[in-house]
Amino acid sequence: MTITKSAAVVGTDAVAEAMRQIEPDVVAAYPITPQTAIVETFATMVANGEVNTEMVNVESEHSALSACIGAAGGGARVMTCTSSQGLALMWEMLYIASGLRLPIVMPNVNRTLSAPINIHCDHSDSMGARDSGWIQLYSENSQEAYENTIQAARIAENKEVLLPAMVLLDGFIISHGTERVDFYEDEKVRNFVGEYQPPYTMLDPENPITVGAFDGLYGYFFEFKRAQEEAMKNALKVVKEVGEEFGEKFGKNYGYFETYQLEDAEVALIALGSGAGTTRAAVQQLREEGLKVGMLKLRLFRPFPAEELVKALSHVPVIGVLDRSLTFSGGPGGPVWQEIRSAFYDAENKPQIVSFAYGLGGRDFSPQQAKEAGRMLVEGNFPEGTCYLGLKEEDN
Amino acid sequence: MSKWDIKDINNWSWKKHPLGAIIPEAGTAANYKTGGWRALRPIRDEEKCNHCLICFILCPDTSIIVEDEKVTGFNLQHCKGCGICAYECPRDAIEIVDEAEAASQENQERGNA
Repeated sequence: MTITKSAAVVGTDAVAEAMRQIEPDVVAAYPITPQTAIVETFATMVANGEVNTEMVNVESEHSALSACIGAAGGGARVMTCTSSQGLALMWEMLYIASGLRLPIVMPNVNRTLSAPINIHCDHSDSMGARDSGWIQLYSENSQEAYENTIQAARIAENKEVLLPAMVLLDGFIISHGTERVDFYEDEKVRNFVGEYQPPYTMLDPENPITVGAFDGLYGYFFEFKRAQEEAMKNALKVVKEVGEEFGEKFGKNYGYFETYQLEDAEVALIALGSGAGTTRAAVQQLREEGLKVGMLKLRLFRPFPAEELVKALSHVPVIGVLDRSLTFSGGPGGPVWQEIRSAFYDAENKPQIVSFAYGLGGRDFSPQQAKEAGRMLVEGNFPEGTCYLGLKEEDN
Repeated sequence: MSKWDIKDINNWSWKKHPLGAIIPEAGTAANYKTGGWRALRPIRDEEKCNHCLICFILCPDTSIIVEDEKVTGFNLQHCKGCGICAYECPRDAIEIVDEAEAASQENQERGNA
């Protein structure tokens, strides 16, 4: 048995436990709702001597990621975690972490961005960071948040990748919802994650280097960004390899996405995060009604597995994409819808791809809403532009 | 021996640059000629200067040239013309002048010589 204990825990505990098992050299973090419990729990573990990590309490998220970048530049294995406005405050450092190719792992508890101020879940925070050069793994539940965190370290630190990675879990729905989580043995997790071999360190006096130098004289910035894109491409391969190895060691395979009732589906819904669980339940109920609805749960958003997605969905003529954030493009579509539409542009059979928005600022996403979306697709009865599920549209 | 042979860096492809944009060698700032950024130039009055070396201490670009404890001039390959030396000089021995004018005057003098 690889499972050492099964426990009823909240998502933040599951992530803190993964962090303890990974045992990073340095964690610099700042509390923000709903991520706070991760930092608190992990800091308690450090204080109790359960994990040998240098815990740096900083004064802001900007400082948190700055301290992480400094420590990672020194060759340390580094983690932090954040949410929402905290991620927004990290903004400039996000690009610096990926530009310096530092494989920092950061669970981000998805919470919307103000205004109006709101502490609840949507994906505005991490979707806004989609172009910052970080790998993004979305979790459906606490178990996946735990397992994604463990895999993120392996993926980020791979020599062909060396990019920072975010593990996303939905605020409150996952972070504060109590679920059963199976934890694996410390030693097995540690063996899986392995020892970190940093690509460079600032702390070797025998081999002094400069990190973060100014590119004003020679002009190699463009070339450097191209190399970063290549690393992201490599990550696609590595995510798969690590997911398969995880399956061998712990019994649960991970890929880019997971499908449910998709083989013979005439319409499909795409969701990521906890919304996928709701959608699965809705698909099950719609199947009972005789409607051929399927689902694809997207786990990996950066890098984006376009080719594989098109392959998996090539037989489905109508696809609904559920976005938990908006792009304010003035036209239809959230970020996931845009990516999916773009992925299908070169495909032989172009399906109809319908944009749904749901759950902004923590608006409840019910199986009824997901069923409504499924029915609309089956009946071919959907509005032009984005369909807002659960939005109050008519005044009483 | 230098680990960082950048003779041909302008022609490097994106595959050749070191990961993370690091510079795998120390002390390379001297090779970075920042003098070209200068819009203002310091001029020292040898009569007023008593070689107190306050300018040498405060120059952020180590561009005050000192020989045998005496100021002998400015390293204009690295001086960015910030003017700290002139501001701090207790004897007003350093004047900040327009770089373009100073350079054109210099060229003229060179032409006349």
